[in-house]
Amino acid sequence: MATPTHDAGHAAATSAPGMPQLNIEHFPNQIFWLAVTLVVIYFVLSRVALPRIGGILAERAGTITNDIAAAEELKAKALAAEEAYNKALADARTEANRIAAATKAEIQGELAQAIAKADAEIAAKTAESEKAVAEIRAGAAAAVEEVARDTAAALVAALGGKDDAKAVNAAVDTRIKG
Amino acid sequence: MATEEHAAEGSTLVFHPMDQFIVKPLFGEGPVAWYTPTNATLWMGLAIVAVIALLVLSTSKRAIVPGRGQSIAEMAYGFVYKMVEDVTGKDGIKYFPYIMTLFMFIVCANFLGLIPGSFTTTSHIAVTAILGFGVFICVTILGFVKNGTHFLGLFWVSSAPLALRPILAIIELISYFVRPVSHSIRLAGNMMAGHAVLKVFAGFAQVAAIAPIAILGVTAIYGLELLVAFIQAYVFTILTCVYLKDALHPGH
Repeated sequence: MATPTHDAGHAAATSAPGMPQLNIEHFPNQIFWLAVTLVVIYFVLSRVALPRIGGILAERAGTITNDIAAAEELKAKALAAEEAYNKALADARTEANRIAAATKAEIQGELAQAIAKADAEIAAKTAESEKAVAEIRAGAAAAVEEVARDTAAALVAALGGKDDAKAVNAAVDTRIKG
Repeated sequence: MATEEHAAEGSTLVFHPMDQFIVKPLFGEGPVAWYTPTNATLWMGLAIVAVIALLVLSTSKRAIVPGRGQSIAEMAYGFVYKMVEDVTGKDGIKYFPYIMTLFMFIVCANFLGLIPGSFTTTSHIAVTAILGFGVFICVTILGFVKNGTHFLGLFWVSSAPLALRPILAIIELISYFVRPVSHSIRLAGNMMAGHAVLKVFAGFAQVAAIAPIAILGVTAIYGLELLVAFIQAYVFTILTCVYLKDALHPGH
């Protein structure tokens, strides 16, 4: 871009009338160099630039896809871990309940056994006591009979009766039984 | 300086807004042969350098988390890739390197052309015509190779009433052959017009009275041209995709 007024006379002399674009003399030159330029650009693009940029874009897409897949995997792992934790928690709770129930049953059993044993002892003691009471009662009855017989015999003797032991005994027995 | 020259010119403003488009040999004077390195050669070479810097050097680290340069490269790749995929479908993907080549060349050449003092290669009809007719010829050959005579179904609108079809066929045929012309002139015209307008505003900046307005105008037009530089590259690319889609799937 020469300044329009620079060396105006010379410029006026050299500038062709009309449009320089229509100067056919210059066409072969421009066409030739255009062809060279286009071929060079085409080879630069198709051999170097486009495969490289395409590769970069594909690589990036791949990286993003891989990262997303890895994130999904990690998410799945986290979910699995949470599930495992919940399961362990539930298991522990069941186990605790089971142990508690077992202990309760054991204690209940021991308690029942102790109660039964105590009951048996009490029953034995009661029976023994009853037996002793019966013995004492029997002993007392026998003593009463003997005392009655002796007393009756003594009374008969004192009253001047004949010491008829047989009759006295019979009389006492009837009296006691009656 | 400007005012002195004004006086010399007899108070006539002299604009040469088209001088920026003149193709000159880089070394010395003389005729421009087909092989002569010219300013067009230089700025096309710089476009190659820009493409390499944008897409190759910036991605050399192959970072998973991209840096600034790599983001731009990936964005450009994704932008064109998605365009090709959306417009032409899955089977158009194998032509992606060609379309990417077109897009990267046009976008780099357009933006390099906006550097003050630079030469805008895409403002030349010779350049854009090669691009446009190149696309046209490739797509037409591809259409016949892929679909045979079925490709002509593109011109035979089977959904229209039978009586209208021959008329529509003529219209379709004309529009088909106008495609490369509009395709190339659209790009060259936009680039040339914008740069010429910039130059005209710059010329008005010589006059002290309107210089602030002219400079404001240059700034505003420059902003617009930045937009146009990208949009024209985008339009060229998406139209290429549309033509490619017509070649791959003519029946509709």
